[in-house]
Amino acid sequence: MADKKFSLFDFVYKYGTVAVIVIVMLLFSLTNPYFFTYDNLTDILRSISIVTFVAIGVTFSLIVGGFDLSVGSTVSLTTVVSASMMVWYEQGVFTTLVVPIVLSLLVGLVNAFLVVKIRIPDLLATLAMLYIVNGIHMTYSQGYSIYANMPMQDGSQAPGKFQEWFLWLGQGEILSVPVPVILTFLLVAITHVYLTYTRQGRMLYMTGGNLEAARLSGIPVNRYRTLAYVLSALFAGLGGMLLAARIGTGQVSSGGSMLMDAVAAAFVGFSVFGAGKPNVFGTFVGAILIGVLLNGMTMLNLPYYAYDIIKGTVLALALAVTYYQLRRKRNA
Amino acid sequence: MSTLQMKGMAKQFSGVPALRSVDFEVRAGEVHALLGANGAGKSTLMKILTGAYQADGGTITIDGQAVSIQSPQDAKAQGIQCVYQEVDTALIPYLSVAENILADQLVQAKTKGLINWQSLYSETEQILKNFGFSIPVRMLVEECTLSEKQLILIARATVQKAKYVIFDEPTAPLSTKESERLFQIIAQLKKAGVGIIYISHRLPEIFEICDRITIMRDGQHVVTTETAKTNMDEVIANMLGKSFDEEFPKLEVPIGETIFEASGVAGGKVTGVDLQVREGEIVGVVGLVGAGKTELARLLFGADEAKAGAVRLHGTHVQLRSPKDAVDAGIVLVPEERRKEGIFVEESVQNNLSVASLKKKSWLGFIKRGAEAANARELVQRLGVKTADIKQLVGFLSGGNQQKVAIGKWLDTNAHLFMFDEPTKGVDIGAKSDIYRLIGNLAEQKKGVLYFSCEFQEVIGIADRILVMFEGKIVKELSREEATQELIMYYASGGE
Repeated sequence: MADKKFSLFDFVYKYGTVAVIVIVMLLFSLTNPYFFTYDNLTDILRSISIVTFVAIGVTFSLIVGGFDLSVGSTVSLTTVVSASMMVWYEQGVFTTLVVPIVLSLLVGLVNAFLVVKIRIPDLLATLAMLYIVNGIHMTYSQGYSIYANMPMQDGSQAPGKFQEWFLWLGQGEILSVPVPVILTFLLVAITHVYLTYTRQGRMLYMTGGNLEAARLSGIPVNRYRTLAYVLSALFAGLGGMLLAARIGTGQVSSGGSMLMDAVAAAFVGFSVFGAGKPNVFGTFVGAILIGVLLNGMTMLNLPYYAYDIIKGTVLALALAVTYYQLRRKRNA
Repeated sequence: MSTLQMKGMAKQFSGVPALRSVDFEVRAGEVHALLGANGAGKSTLMKILTGAYQADGGTITIDGQAVSIQSPQDAKAQGIQCVYQEVDTALIPYLSVAENILADQLVQAKTKGLINWQSLYSETEQILKNFGFSIPVRMLVEECTLSEKQLILIARATVQKAKYVIFDEPTAPLSTKESERLFQIIAQLKKAGVGIIYISHRLPEIFEICDRITIMRDGQHVVTTETAKTNMDEVIANMLGKSFDEEFPKLEVPIGETIFEASGVAGGKVTGVDLQVREGEIVGVVGLVGAGKTELARLLFGADEAKAGAVRLHGTHVQLRSPKDAVDAGIVLVPEERRKEGIFVEESVQNNLSVASLKKKSWLGFIKRGAEAANARELVQRLGVKTADIKQLVGFLSGGNQQKVAIGKWLDTNAHLFMFDEPTKGVDIGAKSDIYRLIGNLAEQKKGVLYFSCEFQEVIGIADRILVMFEGKIVKELSREEATQELIMYYASGGE
C-alpha cells in the first residue's frame, strides 16, 4: 500500500508538469478547434520566446545558488537602447547590436561585484540594481517609448526607423517557423549542452550545490558566480532586444512583468522530470506551461486580470511538489 | 524504579529493513550505552523514540504502561529529550541563552503574553548555577562555543523535566576538559534519577561512564551487558561481527627528502609555525580542541588568509591566495566539517569524486563521461565506498562512506601533500581502518601527509613524527618511539 502511494507521487513529481501541459492543451483544444493548429502553436512558442531568454538567465543565477531580480529592468534597458540606436542615431547593425549587449554585460558585472566582492546578499543587491537600471532606462528614454518618426524634444521628428533586418529577428520566418522560435530553440539547446556536458557547466552546479566545499575543492567559485550573473544579464539583454524587434517599438518599462514570469518558469522547471534543481530544459517547459495557459485563457475569454491567479496557483503547485520531494530526500 | 522499554521495534525504508525486531531498555538512574557501527540502526531506533520516525511495529512502554509516540511533542510529553550531535539545529542562534533554555516556558507563557525579563534571566542563572556552568545568560546563542551550546541543550532538557535523555555523540566536538565536565553533568543527571542513553564512537569514555552496554548490528539487537562484565575487545568484536585484533597496522615506508616546508606561518590564532614533511612521511599535528590545528590546516591550504609566512613544495615557493592555488600546486586538504566543506550532498558519488580532477577528464571543455564514470567506479572500489551505484547521491551514504568520498576526490589529482583534519570524526570503526589504510598507501606512494587530530592514540598509531600544538604554536616535536598519550597531553595542555 505504502509502495503504491510512493510511486504515484514519484510519477506526479517527475511528469506532473508535462502532464499538466498535456491535459491543459487537450482541454483547450476540445473547447476551441483553433487551439491545436500549427498557427496557434507557433504563436504560443513565439509569445514565450522572450520570457524563455530571460528565464534561462535567471536559471543561471539560481544554479550558482544566487538570484537575479534585475533581469526585468535589463530587458527594459536593452529594448529602449536598441530602438534608440536605430531611431535616434540611425546606426547600423554593429552598433545596434553591440551597444545594448555591452550594457547588459555591464549590468551583470555590477551585480557580480555587489554580490561576490562586496558580499551583499543576492536578493538585496539585485533589488538595488533593479531600481538603478530601471531608473537609467527611464532617464535615457525620458519616459517615452521609442518608435519611428517619433517627435523629438526640439520639436523635430526622429530621423531613423526600425530596420528590416532587426524587425526580421522578431517577426520573420524561416520555412514558416518564426525566427524568435528558432533562436529560442538554439539558446535552449546550447545552454543545455553547456550546463550538462561541459566542465564549466558542472562547476557552476557544484558552486551552487555547496559553495564552501566547492571553494575547498579548488574551484574558483567567485569566477563562476561572476560568470553566472554576467550570463543572466546577457540573456535578459538579448531578450529585451528581441522584444523590441517583435513589437517594433522600444516600449518603456516593458520588462517589468518579465521578471515574475521568468522566475516562475525557472522554478516550475525544478520539478520537470524530477530534476530537483534549476535546469534549462525544465525552465523551457515551465515557460511553455505559462504560454499555453495564457493562450488558452485568452481564447476562453477569461478576464485578463484573473490570469495572475492561475499563474500563481501553477507556481505554488509546482513548488509544493518540488519542496515536498526535497524534504523527503533530506529526511531519508 | 522507572523503566523505559522498547520491544520488537521494526522499521523499513522503501522496503529495506532498518530495524528488525529490536529490544532495548533504559532504567531511571542508569547510563546505558547504545553502540554499533554506522548503519547498525542506532539512529533509527532513537528517532523512533523521539518521535521523528514512526515505527512499523513494536511497542514502547514506560513502567509497563504502553505509550504512543507519534510526534516529537509526544516524546517530550513523556519526558524523553535528546541532546543532538548537531546542536545548531536545535537552538535559535539570534536569541539569548536564557530564551533558549526557557523556550518551552516562553511558548506556553502563563504570564498574560508579557515576558518578565528579570525573572527569566535570574531563573536561568539559577539553573546554570545548579550545574556549575558559567555562561552569560544574556549572550546570544550564536556567540556561544559548541560546548556551551551543548550545555544549553542539556539545561533545557532538565528544565523540561526530562526523565530520559539521549546523548548522541556528545563528546565529538568537545575538548578533553570539556568532555570531563560533560561526564560530571551526566553523573549529576544520573543521581537525579534520569535515565540516560549514550551514543558514542569513543569506547574509552563508554567504559568510563556507562553502566550497561547494548550493541546493535545490521538493524538487530546483538547483546546487552553490564559494562563491568565485558571489555573493549569483546565490544568491538560484537560491533563488527568478527574479531578485531589490531586497529590498524602501520605500513613501514622509507622516508625520503623534504617535500613540504612551511616557515613562520601566522594568521588567526596561529603564530610562527615552522614545519617540514618528507616524502612518504606521515606527520601528526595534535593538540586539544581550540589549539589552532584546523586554523593551521586552513592557512596551509590558502582557505584563510595568512598574515605572514612562506610555503614551499619541492623547494618552490607557493603563493597561497586561495585553495585553488594550493590545489594547482599539489597541496590538498580533507576538511574537518565533512558535510559543510568536504562533500556535495545533493550530487552523485561520481560528481563528487571527479570535482577536483575534471580537467583531466575533459576534452575541449567537454566532460568525457566514460572516463569520469570509469574513474568513479575504480575509486569506489579502491576506497571501499559502500554505495549501490555511482549515481547515488552522497547525502544518502553513511558518515564513513561520505568521508571516503571526500578523500577520494583528491586521489586522481597530482597532489603531493595531503592534509587530513580530523578524518575519523563521526566515522565507524570499519571505515576508520579503511581510512588509515588509505593514508598508509599514500605514504607508500611517496606522498607527504599532515594528519591533524585531537585523538592522541590515533596519531601515535599512524604518524612517524608528532608535532604538539598549544595556543596556536607548535610547542613540541616527538618521534613515534617516544610519544605516549601522557606525554602528548602534558605538552598539549601547556607543560614546558
